[in-house]
Amino acid sequence: MENLIEINNLTFSRSGRIIYDDISLQIKKGKTTAIMGPSGIGKTTMLRLMGGQLLPDKGDIKFKGESIPNMRRNRLFEVRRQMSMLFQSGALFTDMSVFDNIAFPLREHTKLSESTIYTVVMLKLQAVGLRGAADLMPAELSGGMARRAALARAIALDPELIMYDEPFAGQDPISMGVLVKLIKALNDALQLTSVVVTHDVTEVLTIADYIYILAEKKVIGSGTPEQIKNSDSPLVQQFLQGQADGPVPFHYPASDIAQEFLGRAS
Amino acid sequence: MKSKKAELLVGVFVVLTIAAGLMLALNVANNSMSGSDDTYTLYAKFDNIGGLKVRSAVKVGGVTVGRVDNISLGSTDFTPIVTMSILSEFDQFPETSSVSILTSGLLGEQYIGFQPGFAMEGIESLGQGDYIEDTKSALVLEDLIGQFLFSSNDG
Amino acid sequence: MNWLINLGASTLNRLEMFGRATLMLFGAVVAKPQPLKLIPLTIKQIHVVGVQSLLIIVVSGLFIGMVMSLQGYTILVSYGAEGSLGPMVALSLLRELGPVVTALLFAGRAGSALTAEIGLMKATEQLSSLEMMAVDPLRRVIAPRLWAGIISMPMLALIFSAVGILGGHLVGVDWLGVDSGSYWSIMQATVDWNKDVVNGIIKSIVFAFVITWIATFKGYDSIPTSEGISKATTETVVFSSLAVLGLDFILTALMFGIE
Repeated sequence: MENLIEINNLTFSRSGRIIYDDISLQIKKGKTTAIMGPSGIGKTTMLRLMGGQLLPDKGDIKFKGESIPNMRRNRLFEVRRQMSMLFQSGALFTDMSVFDNIAFPLREHTKLSESTIYTVVMLKLQAVGLRGAADLMPAELSGGMARRAALARAIALDPELIMYDEPFAGQDPISMGVLVKLIKALNDALQLTSVVVTHDVTEVLTIADYIYILAEKKVIGSGTPEQIKNSDSPLVQQFLQGQADGPVPFHYPASDIAQEFLGRAS
Repeated sequence: MKSKKAELLVGVFVVLTIAAGLMLALNVANNSMSGSDDTYTLYAKFDNIGGLKVRSAVKVGGVTVGRVDNISLGSTDFTPIVTMSILSEFDQFPETSSVSILTSGLLGEQYIGFQPGFAMEGIESLGQGDYIEDTKSALVLEDLIGQFLFSSNDG
Repeated sequence: MNWLINLGASTLNRLEMFGRATLMLFGAVVAKPQPLKLIPLTIKQIHVVGVQSLLIIVVSGLFIGMVMSLQGYTILVSYGAEGSLGPMVALSLLRELGPVVTALLFAGRAGSALTAEIGLMKATEQLSSLEMMAVDPLRRVIAPRLWAGIISMPMLALIFSAVGILGGHLVGVDWLGVDSGSYWSIMQATVDWNKDVVNGIIKSIVFAFVITWIATFKGYDSIPTSEGISKATTETVVFSSLAVLGLDFILTALMFGIE
């Protein structure tokens, strides 16, 4: 199986804090790979590294064998046309209608006629079930609808790779179900490679082909959903079952509480 | 449709600006002396220029024919030299013309009054770079008072 | 020692910020312009920053002209020089108040809005999303706003001065009874197109550039949280107002100071 993205020995730190320490992972072509982990470990950062918006301190990120951090700006922009990203907030352009939002990448990067663009946009909107909402402004959409509209925009140019940043966060169960179904359907229909960054365990186990679990700056577990479920790593089990305390401590690092009070009293 | 409306309003904005610019150009500013208008230069030496400034008017009988371009001090005789640029359409002033520094009203600004001399045969017109010989300096109030005091003592 | 370290650190910070601002400007304006895409976007932004500031500019211009006329009249009339009302109103508007007051109003009305808009676009990941769509946000978002500001503000300043002179006429001539002929004719004799009007326009172009640069940079560089955006918006108004007043002195000294 061919790797679309390979991350080798990546180290990344921000404002002096190390976020990733020498990690490696592979995204296989045509598969859905999930990157999971507790919040605050920089899962979004991983996607930005893959998109070339951030540069690693050490290590390399390869897209189809080509190193992203070493790309020149023009080449990076060309490569980015083959990928797209679904942001957590949707990131629809607030000054355009839903239709214009989805037409935007087409108008920027293709020379299609307006009538072709109309057809393409309507097809994409139909795919996410929002054809009736084409003339609404983003502010008039609910959170779930905004994310679906953003998904339509992300697939407008038929990319090879879609990166989903927390696609299920803050969604009601129905929207979540819709999104899970959409992501699955898109992957099957378009043969896309997907990277899903999330901490919603149950949804991911149903759609992912391969899962990486990140914690404490490292990859703590990886494998197919079956392998992950049967993993004997206590960290992985804590994450899957949502236990409050365990290898990932409940408390933010602090001195012992007894000492703190005693120290204050003295 | 929304962008059409925006374009229309921007068009209105541009028209308003042009209207404002035209009003400033035609009604407010004096641009008869600016830019490409043809002028020629005359010089005059004064003993005292009083409050004359660069850009003060040069007038013949109240009609502005030019402006003061520069004021400098002669390097050998230490008298002020006033450079005037005069509109080319007034190029027939005879050599015998005289200039004096006058004040418009009691507190008004000072300007150069230009008295054309008599045109006779054998007297040429003033041209580019000529000096006007006959000049009367500005009246300085303190000098006037001094003269008045001396003359009243004599009498 | 501590204060010396702080001084050094803040100087370095400021230099670094200036460097980032210059890079942004360079990326937005200099590198490979695309006029076909830029012009419609700029027109849209002129609508936002220019046309929508028109009302406040016209109203302020009218009132400032009226007040100047009233104040000037009460002073000039005691010297019997109320004929000089026209040039007084016109010169102060064209040389100073037109460019400066317009710039201050523009910083408050359009500059803060630009910063907040760009900051919010950053906070809602719209800028990142542009970048991931292989569209340069500097060219797509920053450049049209910069151009729109630089084009709109001198236009607003011209309108401000013209309306102010009309307001002065309204009070001076129609109300206080200065002769209309002398209001205009003495004004015409005194005001020079090149020295007064053009210099005023040059001033407002400089102010426009500085304000829009600060406003777009503050938005682009803001910390994408509600607190960060409110701080950036405040800084835009404060910095650009100070910059306008400081630059105004320098420009005035260069233009009118030494003859």
